[in-house]
Order: sequence, then C-alpha cells, then structure tokens
Amino acid sequence: MNKAGAWARRAPLLPALIFMIIVTQLPFLVTLVVSFMNWNAYYPDDRGFAGVDNFVSVLTDVNARKAIFVTVLLTVGVVLISLIVGLCIALLLDRKFRGRGVARTLMITPFLVVPVAAALMWKHALFNPEYGLLNGMLKMVFGDNAPQRDWITDNPLISIVVALVWQWTPFMMLILLAGLQSRPMDVVEAARIDGASPWQIFRSMTLPHLRPYIELSGLLGAIYVVQNFDAVFTITSGGLGTANLPYFIYQTFYTAHDYGRASAAGVVVVIGTIIIATFALRTAFSLFQEDSR
Amino acid sequence: MHRRTRRMTAVGSAALLVSSVSACAGWGGGVGGGGGDTINVLMVNNPQMIDLQKLAPEFTKETGIKVNFTVLPENDLRDKASQEFSSQAGQYDVATLSNFEIPIYAKSRWVAPLDSYIAKDPGFDQADILKPMTTALTAGGKVYGEPFYGESSFLMYRKDVLASKGITMPANPTWQQVADIAAKVDNPRMAGICLRGQPGWGQLFAPLTTVINTFGGTWFDKDWNAKVDSPEFTQATSFYVNLVRKYGEKGAPQAGFTECLNNLTQGSVAMWYDATSAAGSLEADGSPVKGKIGYAPAPVVKTKSSGWLYTWSWAIEQASTKKDNAWKFVSWASSKKYENLVGTRIGWSSVPAGKRASTYTNPQYLKSAGAFAAQTKASIQSADPVNPGVQPRPAAGIQFVDIPEFPDLGTQVSQEVSSAIAGKTSVHNALDLGQQLADDVAKQYQKREGK
Repeated sequence: MNKAGAWARRAPLLPALIFMIIVTQLPFLVTLVVSFMNWNAYYPDDRGFAGVDNFVSVLTDVNARKAIFVTVLLTVGVVLISLIVGLCIALLLDRKFRGRGVARTLMITPFLVVPVAAALMWKHALFNPEYGLLNGMLKMVFGDNAPQRDWITDNPLISIVVALVWQWTPFMMLILLAGLQSRPMDVVEAARIDGASPWQIFRSMTLPHLRPYIELSGLLGAIYVVQNFDAVFTITSGGLGTANLPYFIYQTFYTAHDYGRASAAGVVVVIGTIIIATFALRTAFSLFQEDSR
Repeated sequence: MHRRTRRMTAVGSAALLVSSVSACAGWGGGVGGGGGDTINVLMVNNPQMIDLQKLAPEFTKETGIKVNFTVLPENDLRDKASQEFSSQAGQYDVATLSNFEIPIYAKSRWVAPLDSYIAKDPGFDQADILKPMTTALTAGGKVYGEPFYGESSFLMYRKDVLASKGITMPANPTWQQVADIAAKVDNPRMAGICLRGQPGWGQLFAPLTTVINTFGGTWFDKDWNAKVDSPEFTQATSFYVNLVRKYGEKGAPQAGFTECLNNLTQGSVAMWYDATSAAGSLEADGSPVKGKIGYAPAPVVKTKSSGWLYTWSWAIEQASTKKDNAWKFVSWASSKKYENLVGTRIGWSSVPAGKRASTYTNPQYLKSAGAFAAQTKASIQSADPVNPGVQPRPAAGIQFVDIPEFPDLGTQVSQEVSSAIAGKTSVHNALDLGQQLADDVAKQYQKREGK
C-alpha cells in the first residue's frame, strides 16, 4: 500500500488518538509537576516549588519504604502462586470431558467479581473468626472443639495473598489455556508414538511452547497486582504491616491531603510499572513476530 | 484458528497495558451555577442526608429557593470539601462538615461566621442547640456551623447477661470496673467486650483517644510537645490493648464500628463501648437484642466524664454569593420543624437527633427512642470538646486533635496499635514510633508559633 493510502486510512482515527493522549497523558504530566511541589490542601499559602523533597521523603519515610517492600512481596507472591495454580487448572481444563464448558465458566468467575466485593467476601464470609466459612468448616469436620483460627490477625499478608490469588488465578488460567489450545497436536502425537512419557512431553514440548504465554500473563498480572488497593483497604485497612504503595498513596492523598508527597509516591509506582511494562511489551512484540514468521 | 487467538491475546494485552500505565489521579467535575434562587449543597451520603434530599421540595415550596445536591461518601466528601474550600471557588454555598473540619476551616477563613444570621433569625433558637455542639462548632468566639445531628459515646451492655451473673452496672463505671465485668462475663461463646481495633484515625483512635484522655494522657501538651510515649498515654493504650486481647471480640484488629455492631446484635459480645448513634440500630424493630441492652456513661478513670463528641453540621462557604439563601437552608435543615417533618413523614427513629434539647422533651421521639434517649443526651451534654482531659491542650477535640495533620498521624499510629492488639508488636514499640511521628508534627507547630 502506498503512503498516501495509509494516511487516508489513519486520518479518521487521529482525533481519537489525540483525545486519548489528552485524557491519559495530561493527568500524568500534572502528577509529575505536582510531585515536585510543596502542596498541602490545608496550607494553601505554603504552596510552591519543593525540588526533590517529596521524593526524598517518600524514599526515606519508614512507612513508605515498608510499603515498597510489601508491594514487591505481594506482587511476586500473588503472581507466582496464581501462575502455578493457573497452569495446573489450565492443564486439567485442556482435557476433553463432559461439562467442560460449564467448568471453564465457573473457573473464570472469580476474575469477574468486582475486586472490592471479592475482598469483602474474603474478609467477612471466609476469614471471619466468628461466622466465617473456614472456621465453620473446621467445626463441621472436627466437631465443637475444633481449633478456631483468627486467620487475618495471625497471617495478615498471607490472607491478602490468598484472596488475590483466588482472583488472579482465572486470568492466568485463561491465557495459558489459550496457549495450550494452540499447541500443534500432531507433533505431540508423534512424540507419544516415539515413546515419550507425559512428563517428558510436558517438559520438552508443552512448557517451551507456553513460555511466551507464561511471561505475558505473569507480567500483565504483575502490572495489575502492583496497583492493588481493594484487598489491602478492605481486609486489613493497611494495618498489621500490610500497607502497600497504593494504600500509602491513598493515605497521603486522602487523609494527609499532601498532594505533593502523594504524587511523588505515585510517580514512583508508575516508574516501577513502566519497568515491568517494558518487559511485557517486549513479550507482546515477540508474539507478533512469531505470528509473522 | 490459533493464529487469530494469539493475535487477539497480544492486542488485548496491549490495550490492558495502555489503560494501566496511564492510570493516574485526576479530579474535576462540578455543578452548574444555577439562577439567583438556587443554592448548591455538598453533603455526605448518610441516611439522614438522603432523607433530607427527599424532603427538600418542602423547603423549595416554603421559600422558593431551589437546592442542587451533590452527595458523596464520607472520604470523597472530605477530599472534595478541602479542595473546594481551600480554593474558595464558590461552587458550593453550603456543605456538611464535621466538628473536625469546621474549626480548621474557620481559622483559614474558608467558612463564613453565622452569628449575624443567628441574631436575625430568632425562630432558629440557637439556645436550644446543646451547648457542647455550639462549642465544638465555634472558633475565635464565632459560630461557624449548625449541627444536623450529633453523637457522643457510651457503654452498651447486655442487661440479661449481666443479671444472670448477678452483676449490676455501676451508674458511672470506671474502666477498671468495666474490665472486671468483662472478665466475669467472658466465655468461649460470648466475648466480654467489643472495642475497635481496626486501623484508622476515625476507627481505633476514636474510642482509644477518649480512654487516653481519662487516664490523664494527651497527644500534645499546651506547648506543642508530643506526649505519645508519656506514662499516661502508654498506660491507657496498654490497658485498652490488654482488655481487647484478653476479653475482646475475635478478629479484633479488623473490627471497626460495623463489626462491633454486628457482634453485639448477633450476641457474640456482652458489652460495647462506642458511638451513641449505634443504639438506633440495636433498638430497631427486628433487632434480636431489642430491649435487652442497657446504656451507661463512657467509663472513666481520672476525669468525670469521657464521652466523645461528633456532629455533621452545615457550614456556609466564605466565597458564596448567596449567603442569605444559604442561611435559610441551614436554618430550615437544623430546625425543630424539620425534625417534626422527618418524624411525621419518615418515622421518629430517623429523626436527626442529638443536637437540640427540645428533641429530648418531644414525647413522640421519646416513645421510639426511650431506651437510649436520656443517656445519649447526658453523654453529649457532659462532653467538653475544649478541655476533655486533665491538662490544657493546644487544640480542641475529644476523640481527635483538631489539626489538619491528625488524620494522617492518627492513622499511622493506629496501624501500629492494631499490630499490638494482634500481638505482632508491643505497645511500647508502637508508641515509640507514634512519638516520632507526633514529634514531627509538633515541631512544625512550635516553629510556626515561635516556640
């Protein structure tokens, strides 16, 4: 296609592109500017340029550093576990059995639940030590003297990880299942006839084939879990050492009304996310390249 | 087929990426100016306010003034209000602000003084407003807000459970007596007492600060020295933490107002120290504990009373150009007449109570709220927002310190105290960190006041 023809095709989309840039990138620029300002809603007279003070305070504040650590721990934990569980479920769902469609739909539902509703459900319906399902099951199985754990209090971070893994496993499963279904079955068949064991087929054929899908789902999941707010806010209110960066930002923005410091923390998250996103995009591009091979 | 799937995955993921990378904070929106006889009201989305929105046509009928409402959840309201009032954009004529915001906003001259309007409007009857309310909404000798409804805190207990153990609740219990009763009634099926442990300046620290006050502690002394690691503050916090750990509800580090309300309603705790506004739900039709609850004043140690004071009230923005109409609305919404209107049209249990002495002589209101009305009024009347402890303080407030930094300070320290309730840290460590944080705040004030 010639150049002019290509532009004639693109031109009608241009307003949409410009609109999108304005809507998505301008707020970020504003955030960037505010992050270098001394701006607290309660002290309008003290507003002004603050240099890198906000970034220094974000990176030196004990709670901010703890929040960065929790964010990394939470993200890595949730993504790794939900990848592994998601892979297992995808492998099971890849087989043919009656009611597969229903099973797939059921497996995907946790991802469709509104995050804050899911967090509320975990906090109240499952983890609650008085009327929660977990302790109720313990009582049902072991009788009235069953141990009654206080799940969130005893393992606050693990409780949040469990709730998030429940939500993110379906996402991982979906992408991995798509990958599994695109596996060339004739080659697998040939390997089986040559006497390869199921484990050998999985290790040497399925896993390499799934690699880009695993990377993609892992990175996409990481980008989203880094930003998780609902679970931390609902289940522990940032207590018991579970405040992550988004919660920290919320606290500086909404309760301290310190827009400068909150923006600086936001910029730190965006930089971290961009680093992850770069890897994600590279994976996505490698998929395109494979496609055109 | 599989090629298409793959391409779709890639395109889909690219779209996800764009939306996530560009997720940033932004604000805006607003309401139209309206004509000369229209006022804009910003308010919190509590049930009483929603009732008001329904009844607003009555106001329009009476005065010809139309009202545009912007209704937001509490946190969003706080954010919007501080944006709006600090910039003095004049977009809203009236806003619901609590007794936490009003003195701070008054100092910055973001809200208009109401004294001249009160003087011109004898029908409003300012003298009927409970005195602690007026005090809490006054700054520099001028009134800046009119309460819509108000609350204090008191001790709620199961009369039947205490009676079955042969215990009588003292008329003015001390915290030690409450702890002793909690120990006696505590059993595996029913915890002795419910106390908030969920982090947040308005959650854990609302009841805990009142305990600190009565133990003789304070966040800051009058010269802005942080006192978080003082013996009294530590003693009060240890007492609170130990009481919850020994005889408190299960899952205490996650329990806030709602969770405790659930616990008492479901019969899994025998006592609860919290807001007087909870009583309405406990005594509502269909509540399993209706009629079984007794109400005692907030427990004390060194002070005579210890209840907190909280109110959602109306304030007029300084930049508003329609202050006269705004006052007409404030005067209507906080009036006795409005309470009667709610009583007859919506129901007496929904009346925005806790602000006027006359509410508590209204036989119709007393019929539906008889179980807790007297104690609620007594608790509010005994609250002293300026002098709640044993020493003079640099800022007003009972369950909070009325400075803009407190929400952040209180929330951060509450996360540590909540960890102490969970047994993950000691009270000592929690308050050490709290002292550092409070010291940072105190230093700014010392600098500003040239000390």
